[in-house]
Amino acid sequence: MFKQFLNKNQILIPVVLLPVWLVLYHYLEPIANGFVYDILRMDRTTRITEAIRFFIFEVPKVLMLLTLIVFVVGIIRSYFSAERTRKALEGKPLFVGNIMASTLGIVTPFCSCSAIPLFLGFVESGIPLGVTFSFLIAAPMINEVALVLLFGLFGWQTALIYVSTGLFIAIFSGWVIGKLKLEKWVEPWVYDIKAGNLEMEEEKQTFNHRIEAGFTAVKEIVAKVWIYIVIGIAVGAGIHGYVPADFMASFMGKDIWYSVPLAVLLGVPMYSNAAGIIPIVQVLLEKGASLGTSLAFMMAVIGLSLPEAIILKKVLKYPLLFTFIGIVATGIMIVGFLFNFIF
Amino acid sequence: MDILVLGPGCMNCITLEKRVRTAVRELQLDAEIFKISDYTKIAEYGIIKTPALVIDEKVIFYGKVPTVNELKEYLIKGVN
Repeated sequence: MFKQFLNKNQILIPVVLLPVWLVLYHYLEPIANGFVYDILRMDRTTRITEAIRFFIFEVPKVLMLLTLIVFVVGIIRSYFSAERTRKALEGKPLFVGNIMASTLGIVTPFCSCSAIPLFLGFVESGIPLGVTFSFLIAAPMINEVALVLLFGLFGWQTALIYVSTGLFIAIFSGWVIGKLKLEKWVEPWVYDIKAGNLEMEEEKQTFNHRIEAGFTAVKEIVAKVWIYIVIGIAVGAGIHGYVPADFMASFMGKDIWYSVPLAVLLGVPMYSNAAGIIPIVQVLLEKGASLGTSLAFMMAVIGLSLPEAIILKKVLKYPLLFTFIGIVATGIMIVGFLFNFIF
Repeated sequence: MDILVLGPGCMNCITLEKRVRTAVRELQLDAEIFKISDYTKIAEYGIIKTPALVIDEKVIFYGKVPTVNELKEYLIKGVN
């Protein structure tokens, strides 16, 4: 009876849970401190206490933030779909199209295994190659899990920097690819496909459905990434007190000019999800690596990868594939140099 | 009836195929299940987000992995 009522009025669940979330989040630090100092009765001055306190406070904090943001993003995403994005992009000129494609890339649900069907669908409906690339670059690079982690661990400024530079790279790279007119390097079979026109009535979504979509997103994403976050924070906590603070400065510091290209060169073939890479970035930053170099490394790892290149090879000839990787890598390097220069 | 699972072969498509097989078995339907991973074929159905389910040449849904119970509902609707 009660369960049925809740199923029909899903909105009540977040309405009840949100205040609990807020109160808990607000008092999390005193609770964590109280647990470590008063219940475990650990010595406040030792390194091991600080490492444990860091872990006990950061893990629930980041997981709480993650749950909330993934839930909200899940609801927002239910308003977008690949089809609607495609319709919105049809007939848009290059520059405006790049901006729109990059922005839509953030909110449109996307999985890298859909990259080829999506690429084919976009190209078939006449969306310019450069605009298609803006979407394909923004969609994996600007990731809500990464956003939450950056926000939780470094504050809103870093999170904002991440989103705006990610957008810049996607717009810039797509625009350059569009200007270079590289259509001749797309595999010819792409243009021979007679793509079907999918006439499906869109399923009507009630707000209840959207809230359900939010819960589904939380279940799927949090279940997948929580372990990386716990391990990452554990490593971070361990290194917190034991590795000298300027350990990374000698090879990832801002005065080492080649640190940015080196970070990108190392990061491009690597593949990791955002949840796995950010705790590493946190450790790098804490130990003296500069913001620009760390950001470049992170973006190279999550934005470009060998598996993705292999997938894209099916539709792109080598010159276009390498141009794509080259331009995105250049964009990431510009961001890296810029931040090393400013901060 | 012919059931096609469309998808290049990532986790989602594998999960969908497994669930479809379970649903068909539990409903005791007389159906043949095919896995389509050819991009040209996928595009011909107009799919831009995988995985997708096609029953007797009609696209039922795309871009999601429903639960076994939800799949049963789709299959029952597909039979009629």
